[in-house]
Amino acid sequence: MIQYYFDWSVITRNAGALGEALLLGLGLAVVSLLIGSVIGLAAAYARLSGRKWLAWPVWAYVEFIRCMPLLLLIFFVYFGLPEFNISWFDKTESFVLTLSLYAGAYMSEVFRAGLGSIPKQYVEAAKAIGLRPWQRQRYVVLPVMFRITLPAISNNLISLFKDTSLAAAIAVPELTFVARRINADTFRVMEVWLSVSAMYLVTAYTIATLLRLVERRYASIR
Amino acid sequence: MSDQALLRATGVRKSFGSIEVLKGIDLTVRQGQVVSLIGASGSGKTTFLRCVNLLEEHDSGEILLDGDPIGYRVEGGKRRRLSEARVSAQRARIGMVFQQFNLFPHLTAEENVMLGLTKVLGRTRAEARDIAGQWLARVGLEARREHYPYQLSGGQQQRVAIARAVAMEPRLLLFDEVTSALDPELVAEVLGVMQQLAESGMTMLVVSHEMLFVRDVSHHVVFMDGGRVAQAGTPDQVFHHPESERLRSFLGRFHGMFGNAL
Repeated sequence: MIQYYFDWSVITRNAGALGEALLLGLGLAVVSLLIGSVIGLAAAYARLSGRKWLAWPVWAYVEFIRCMPLLLLIFFVYFGLPEFNISWFDKTESFVLTLSLYAGAYMSEVFRAGLGSIPKQYVEAAKAIGLRPWQRQRYVVLPVMFRITLPAISNNLISLFKDTSLAAAIAVPELTFVARRINADTFRVMEVWLSVSAMYLVTAYTIATLLRLVERRYASIR
Repeated sequence: MSDQALLRATGVRKSFGSIEVLKGIDLTVRQGQVVSLIGASGSGKTTFLRCVNLLEEHDSGEILLDGDPIGYRVEGGKRRRLSEARVSAQRARIGMVFQQFNLFPHLTAEENVMLGLTKVLGRTRAEARDIAGQWLARVGLEARREHYPYQLSGGQQQRVAIARAVAMEPRLLLFDEVTSALDPELVAEVLGVMQQLAESGMTMLVVSHEMLFVRDVSHHVVFMDGGRVAQAGTPDQVFHHPESERLRSFLGRFHGMFGNAL
């Protein structure tokens, strides 16, 4: 029988670094979701505009991102773009750029479905009180769509948070990367990976729970 | 009631694809009048109402509100659609109440009424809240200001929708079968609010199947058939002296329901 003696001091000694790394990952996910939402909204409107020259490139972008492994995209932006003399970013910025483009493709599908599901009657009511086209979007269509798509947005945030572990591949000091470093320094395999797994799990579950509260707060749409 | 025509439609035509739904409608609504459109479904009543508020665009003919053509201006004999901003400004002068209420689901009753006041008429939030409160009280819903549409009954939602439309102080209010989606026991509360509005001098163009209401509240009744105005006149003329077999048989269907009340 294999004997493994747990030595949790390796975790307590590195608690600060692990905590920081977790916050970095969370920050990367949130920022990417925000940028991705802006991209996704613009892409969704472009797809729904009925203008081919707008809709077609957006379709190509969405399908390209959805069909490529995220890790390859990360490598392509970080290692590939500098070959074309595009190198204004450091590794963290490069990762945020990649994850935002990635999130943008998924969010565009979420928003496209959301915008498509808004009953025409709300828009007509907005027209009838004299709201202008952009006001109808701003005060009626978008708020209703946001509430309808909230569960899908939550799912995306959780996925993005887990995807930040791939940033370890280009040495962004998020949780997986820091865990690997501690593991390499101390060989405390079980302690490190059990602790980090628990951190991912608890954080993702907390996000899900918090967002479910937000969903309930906005449950005025039936 | 003055004799001035607030709304004047002449020769309004509208087709959906190859089907001509409106075949030249002439209709005048004077200030302070209640004009009702009756007729079988498919006769073009709702389409005409939607053309007045530019939810549909008529193909030819003219709709004048206070003498201004709705939706188009004529330039060198050609019709040109007005800008979206101008169209929106015209819509703001015409209120509309829908069959399905169409309240904004993410806003409370009060916020539903306030939205147009703040964003279209430029009122402050405090003013808008005051006005919304007054109108919600007028329709008997001051206690429901903070309720979301899903927390209200159909009749209550429709009364909020009426408050939302009237609060904009429109020149003309359009009612599109506003009681058709309601449970029978909720119809009366909505008709009651409409009757109050009519008595207060609001100019109203009403599409309705509530024949008793139409007969008692309208100044002028228009029977539409197959996209045309088949007969128009006072309620007495239309209900008691129908000139065509079509109108007689249309009214006959309601006699079954109301006995000899009509």
